[in-house]
Amino acid sequence: MAKSQRHLLLNLAGILLVFLVLLLFERHGSLYQVRILNNMAIFITLAVSYNLVNGICGLLHLGPNAFITIGAYTSALLTMTANEKMMNFIIEPLIWPLSVVHAPFVLSLLAGGLLASLFAFLISFPVLRVRGDYLAIVTLGFGEVVRVLCNAFQSVTNGPLGLKGLSPYTNLWWTWGVAIFTIAVTTKLVNSSYGRAMKAIREDETAARAMGIDPFKHLLLAFLVSAFFSGVAGGLLAHLITTISPTLFTFFFTFNLLIIIVVGGLGSTTGAVLGAALFAWGGEALRVVESPIDLGFLRIPGIPGMRMVIFSIILMGVIIFARRGMMGRSEFSWDALWARLHRPAR
Amino acid sequence: MSSFFKLDNLVMQFGGLTAVNGFSLELRPGELVGLIGPNGAGKTTVFNMITGVYPPTSGTIHWLGQDLTGMPLHRITARGIARTFQNIRLFTDMSVLENVMVSFHQKIRAGFWSAMLGLPAYVREDQRIHREAMDYLQELGLAHVAEEKAGSLPYGRQRRLEIARALATQPKVLLLDEPAAGMNPQETMELANLVRELRDRHELTIFLIEHDMKFVMGLVERIKVLDYGTTIAEGTPAEIQGNPEVIKAYLGAPKHA
Ligand SMILES: Nc1ncnc2c1ncn2[C@@H]1O[C@H](COP(=O)(O)OP(=O)(O)OP(=O)(O)O)[C@@H](O)[C@H]1O
Ligand SMILES: [Mg+2]
Repeated sequence: MAKSQRHLLLNLAGILLVFLVLLLFERHGSLYQVRILNNMAIFITLAVSYNLVNGICGLLHLGPNAFITIGAYTSALLTMTANEKMMNFIIEPLIWPLSVVHAPFVLSLLAGGLLASLFAFLISFPVLRVRGDYLAIVTLGFGEVVRVLCNAFQSVTNGPLGLKGLSPYTNLWWTWGVAIFTIAVTTKLVNSSYGRAMKAIREDETAARAMGIDPFKHLLLAFLVSAFFSGVAGGLLAHLITTISPTLFTFFFTFNLLIIIVVGGLGSTTGAVLGAALFAWGGEALRVVESPIDLGFLRIPGIPGMRMVIFSIILMGVIIFARRGMMGRSEFSWDALWARLHRPAR
Repeated sequence: MSSFFKLDNLVMQFGGLTAVNGFSLELRPGELVGLIGPNGAGKTTVFNMITGVYPPTSGTIHWLGQDLTGMPLHRITARGIARTFQNIRLFTDMSVLENVMVSFHQKIRAGFWSAMLGLPAYVREDQRIHREAMDYLQELGLAHVAEEKAGSLPYGRQRRLEIARALATQPKVLLLDEPAAGMNPQETMELANLVRELRDRHELTIFLIEHDMKFVMGLVERIKVLDYGTTIAEGTPAEIQGNPEVIKAYLGAPKHA
C-alpha cells in the first residue's frame, strides 16, 4: 500500500475515533463536559486559522476578533426569526432587509465566514502594505473599529444591548466537524506550493520576491482563508453561548488566541491544536482559582480575572524558557509517531 | 532587433550619498561579464537596481525591448532575470529541497483551490516540481542534503544553494553577487568550472560581482570596474590587469587617504 494511502486511512481512522469519543460524551457526558469540548473545538478552529497568518506567514496580526465579531453577528442575524428580532431590537428597529431574512444555520455560518473574508479583503490594502509593528498597530485598530461600529450601529447590531436568545444550534458535531475541516484544509494549504511561498515570505521577503513570489497575493490568500474560518467559528460561538454583545470580542479575545499559538509553537498547526485544547480545558480547570478557597485556617476570597493572570504567567514562562513553544515549527506525522513507538525512549 | 539587455546611465542616490553615478552596460546573449571594485564601490547597488530592489534615481533598464525600470522585484524575476545575494539570504528554516521548490511557484498553474483540496491536477504538478527541483540539486551537488535545513549547511554549500535556487526560476540572465566569498581555493576553482558549465548548459548570460581576482580574471570575458560609484575602466581581463586607474583604486590612491 502506498504511503499516502496509508496516511489517508490512518487519518480517517483518527477522525472516526474522535467522533466515537464525541458520541460517548454526547450520550453520557455532563453538560459541563460537553461545553468544554465545544469550546475546545471552536478554539482549535480559531487558533489554527490565526496561526496561518501569524505563524506561517509571520505577520503580527492583532485583529482576529474583528473577523470573529463579524461572523458571530452575521450568523446570528440570519438565524433569528423575525419575531425574535423584534423582541431584541426594542430601542431602534432592525433595518430592512435584515429584519426579514432568515436562513438555516449552515448557510448562516457560511455567510459569516464569507463576510469576514470580505472585510479582510477590504482592509488588506492598508494592512498588507506595512509590516512588523506597523501591521500590528493597523490590525489592532481595525479590531477596535469593528467593536465600536457594533456599539454604534444600533439598527444593525442592537448596539450595546447585543443579541439575546439565539437558538442553541451549535453542538459537538458542528464544532468538531468545522474544526477537523479547518485543520485538514489549512494543513493541505500549508504543505502545498502556496504554503511554501508563504513560509518563504516569512523567512525572507526580499529573497522570496527574488524567486518570483508576489508577497501581497500570498499574504492576502492567507488573510482571506484565516478570516473565513474565524468568521465561521464566530458563528458557532454565537449559537453556543446564545448571547452576543460588542464587549465579548475585545482585544483580550485576540490576546488569548495569541497565547494559544505562541504556547503551542508559532507556525505549527499541531501546536495550535494542542494549545487550544489545553486552553479550553485549562480555562475551566482553573476556574477554582477565581472562586473563594477555604484552607481551614486561611480563607482566600475569589479574585475575578485570576485565570488571565495565570495564563499570562504561563506565556511569560514559555517566552523565557521555551521560546519555540511546545511544538516549535514541527508537525504531527504518522511516520514520526511510528518511529517513536518503535524506538523505546532513551 | 532591439538590444538584449541594456543599462543606460543608472544613478542611485541614498540621501546625500551617490552610491552609483551613471552606470551603463550592454550584455550580449551568452556573455560572462564581471563587475569589480573596492568595498562600497556600489556593485551590489547596481544589482539592486537591475532587480528592482531599489528603483534607480535615474537611468533606464531595458530587456528584450521592454522597459524594466522601476518594476517590482518579483515581476523582474518572472521576466527571466535572477540573482543571488552577497549576504546569503536562504529560507533558513526550510529544507534545502523546499528552498529550490519555492522558485517553481511563480509558474504554477494549479490554483490555490486545487492545492487546498489536494486535487489531482495540483498533486501532479507538485510531483513534477519536486522532481525538477531535485534535478537542480543534483546539478549543484546538493542532492544528498536535500532534506536538511538550509540554515544548517556549511557556508560553501549555502552559496551553491543560492545558485540552485536562482537557477530554478529558469532565468536567461543570472546575476551572481560574490559567489566565491568565504570559499576556500579548492571550492573557488570548482565554482569557476561550475559557472562556466551552467552558462553553457542553460544558455545563460551571466553578470557577476567578485573580489577574488584570480577567480574573475580566469572566468569572465569582459570586466567593468567601479570605484566610488563611477566606472573607472572596462575591458578584457588582460586590459584591466594592466590599467593604472584600477591598480590605483585597489591599492588606495592618495586622494582618499
Ligand atoms: N539601502 C542603502 N541605504 C543607504 N546607503 C546604502 C544602501 N545600500 C548601499 N548603500 C551605500 O552605498 C554604497 C555602495 O554600497 P554597495 O553595497 O553597493 O557596495 P559594494 O560595491 O557592493 O561593496 P562590497 O564590496 O562591500 O559588497 C555604500 O557606501 C553603502 O553604504
Ligand atoms: Mg556588495
